[in-house]
Amino acid sequence: MTDTATPTPTPTPARSSRRRGVAALLHLRELPVAVALIALVLITYAANPLFLSPQGTKDLLLNATIMIILAVGQALVIITRNVDLSVGSILGLVAFGTGSLFANVPGIPIIAVFAIGLVFGAVLGAVNGLLVTVARVPALVITLGTLYIYRGLNNAWAGGTQYFADDRPEAFGALSVDTILGFPLITLLAVVVVIVVAIVMAGTRAGRDLYAIGSDPDAANLFGIPVGRRVFIAFAVNGVLAGLAGVLYASRFNSVGATTGTGLELDVVAAAVVGGVAIFGGSGSVAGAAIGAVLLTTITSALTALRVDKFWQQAIVGVLILAAIIIDRVASIRTARRLRISEARDV
Amino acid sequence: MSDTKRTEMVEPTATSAVSADTTETLRDEPRGRTGLGRILLGRDAIMIYLLIATIVIAMISIPRFASPVTVGFLLLDVIPVLLIAMPMTLIIITGEIDLSVASIAGLTSALIGVLWQAGLDIGVVLVLGVVIGVAAGAMNGFLVAVVGLPSLAVTIGTLALFRGLALVVIGDNAVANFPPELTAFFTSKLGATGIPTVMIGVLLIIVVFGVLLHFTPFGRGLYALGFSKEAARFVGIHVARSKFWLYVASGGVSALAGIYWTLRYSSARSDNASGLELAVIAAVLLGGVSIFGGKGSIPGVVAGVLLIGTINYALRLGRVSDVVLIIVTGTLLIASVVAPSIVDAVKRRSHDRRVRRELPEPVGSGSVSA
Repeated sequence: MTDTATPTPTPTPARSSRRRGVAALLHLRELPVAVALIALVLITYAANPLFLSPQGTKDLLLNATIMIILAVGQALVIITRNVDLSVGSILGLVAFGTGSLFANVPGIPIIAVFAIGLVFGAVLGAVNGLLVTVARVPALVITLGTLYIYRGLNNAWAGGTQYFADDRPEAFGALSVDTILGFPLITLLAVVVVIVVAIVMAGTRAGRDLYAIGSDPDAANLFGIPVGRRVFIAFAVNGVLAGLAGVLYASRFNSVGATTGTGLELDVVAAAVVGGVAIFGGSGSVAGAAIGAVLLTTITSALTALRVDKFWQQAIVGVLILAAIIIDRVASIRTARRLRISEARDV
Repeated sequence: MSDTKRTEMVEPTATSAVSADTTETLRDEPRGRTGLGRILLGRDAIMIYLLIATIVIAMISIPRFASPVTVGFLLLDVIPVLLIAMPMTLIIITGEIDLSVASIAGLTSALIGVLWQAGLDIGVVLVLGVVIGVAAGAMNGFLVAVVGLPSLAVTIGTLALFRGLALVVIGDNAVANFPPELTAFFTSKLGATGIPTVMIGVLLIIVVFGVLLHFTPFGRGLYALGFSKEAARFVGIHVARSKFWLYVASGGVSALAGIYWTLRYSSARSDNASGLELAVIAAVLLGGVSIFGGKGSIPGVVAGVLLIGTINYALRLGRVSDVVLIIVTGTLLIASVVAPSIVDAVKRRSHDRRVRRELPEPVGSGSVSA
């Protein structure tokens, strides 16, 4: 709706529709990340074929799963020109809640645990959304505050307690062990999440509204978009996804305790940014964010497989984030210039 | 409370005939209070009253609070946050942010550890530590101010990069054998007052940043920059240059904090000061700096940092478990930003109602509610 005003990679009206399709493909924001990911995987595979062995692939996917879900939620929020720094704390609370449910309510059905985890996440996300939209305070500040509060609640609740995988039913742990066609079940779940959210973002009114809000909140308001309600829902959905990630965390990892998920927030934002979600909102896609998450989590395994000193990993992640921002910048400048030229020609 | 009443009285005369949008900016401007009244009722003053009240309550209710030992440990604990909060205040006032500060401190810590172990003179080591911090800050400054990238994204990237470089430099090792007289100096106190000796240096830095922000054209320019970059450029403020030097200063001060951290705990590790960036930002925002830029002051921030430090220390002394402390920090932060906007909303509503009552026939765009 505000396409011309935003540096989204809208293809210019080219002559033939096929060239237009190719051009659109080449200007996809997700493309650089996807290329980087494929190159990384291929190079690593060439150097160390064990990297893509069934077990290696499974590990890669498992490592990426939780980050993918978190990055998708974060992308929703960032697209509206907000940010949610509390996701690590939400994940921690829900993961610990999951552990304590299984430990204290023997025989509770797994589906019920998922439902409770999602609702719990939704409530925590809704608190963020409510504070941001009602009090009209920047999300960075609010979610920094709730990052501390949720973590504190987790500390107070858990104390020194940790729940281990033995407390949880085997079927629950099996979710992150069993595979279908080589894909772990929880990874398939993450893929479903990405597809559903991507469809909502691309094809529904609410989804397009989020982009409009991120491009220009005031214009969106004047246009009649219920800005507050949409932003609130974005935060709540992000909470749901962080809750889902929390439940899956409890399935994937052995122990959950007071510090589960600490420091995850900046990694998640980084994954979204690497995936081409502009930090100032209005552009990017959840698919890109998901690819960004896979790229960031794959690097660690790839560097290990390439026998690069493990101490270099984080520095390389940093360089990657900076590269992503710079590529994004170059792309948006080029888009802006192209738009200007094509508009001048049309007039 | 009397504060809000007072402004309500003044408001209508100042803004009644202006359209909805400009009311907003006028509302944030001086509220008809001048001179002493403005200083005594401002946001900074409230923070300072709050700090004093907290200290007094703590002294009364917690037996061992009022002692030189408290002063010493409290200050030793807050020094890193206090140091980094200074450049952070200036950066946030210009509407930017620097998340990489703790990583710069960690990188400095790792580097001085390795250089010291390599047998360099300690003086040279410390100077090189500051140099690497300045260089790291210059890199942030270049990317944000010169290239024009969003600072939030850039400094998330350099947060990972600098922490990563710290790991590359020192790996899993820790260097602990710093000269004892130096580490002793960093924990020494001034006579019987309990005030750490390094506090003199910290105070100096606070004064430098305070003067820079409040009493120089450069500092006034930063506020202008935070309100509107375009307007700031038109009145002749060097936008890019100002921001660049702020990031350099931030890098340098973060390096000092890293050196302090290393020598206070006499341990150089790659994960020193990790996670400190959010604590610093929380304290700065609590101190009344607006995340949108254009608003805030050094006295307010100092009070904010000390308030968090005091509450944490008092609660810990009062045997409140550590876990609640973090909740207190978060709640304070949210309350400090939500409260003014609730007060604002209430004021706006009563103001709107009054305008409607006084002007039954809306004149022009006078009473369009946003």
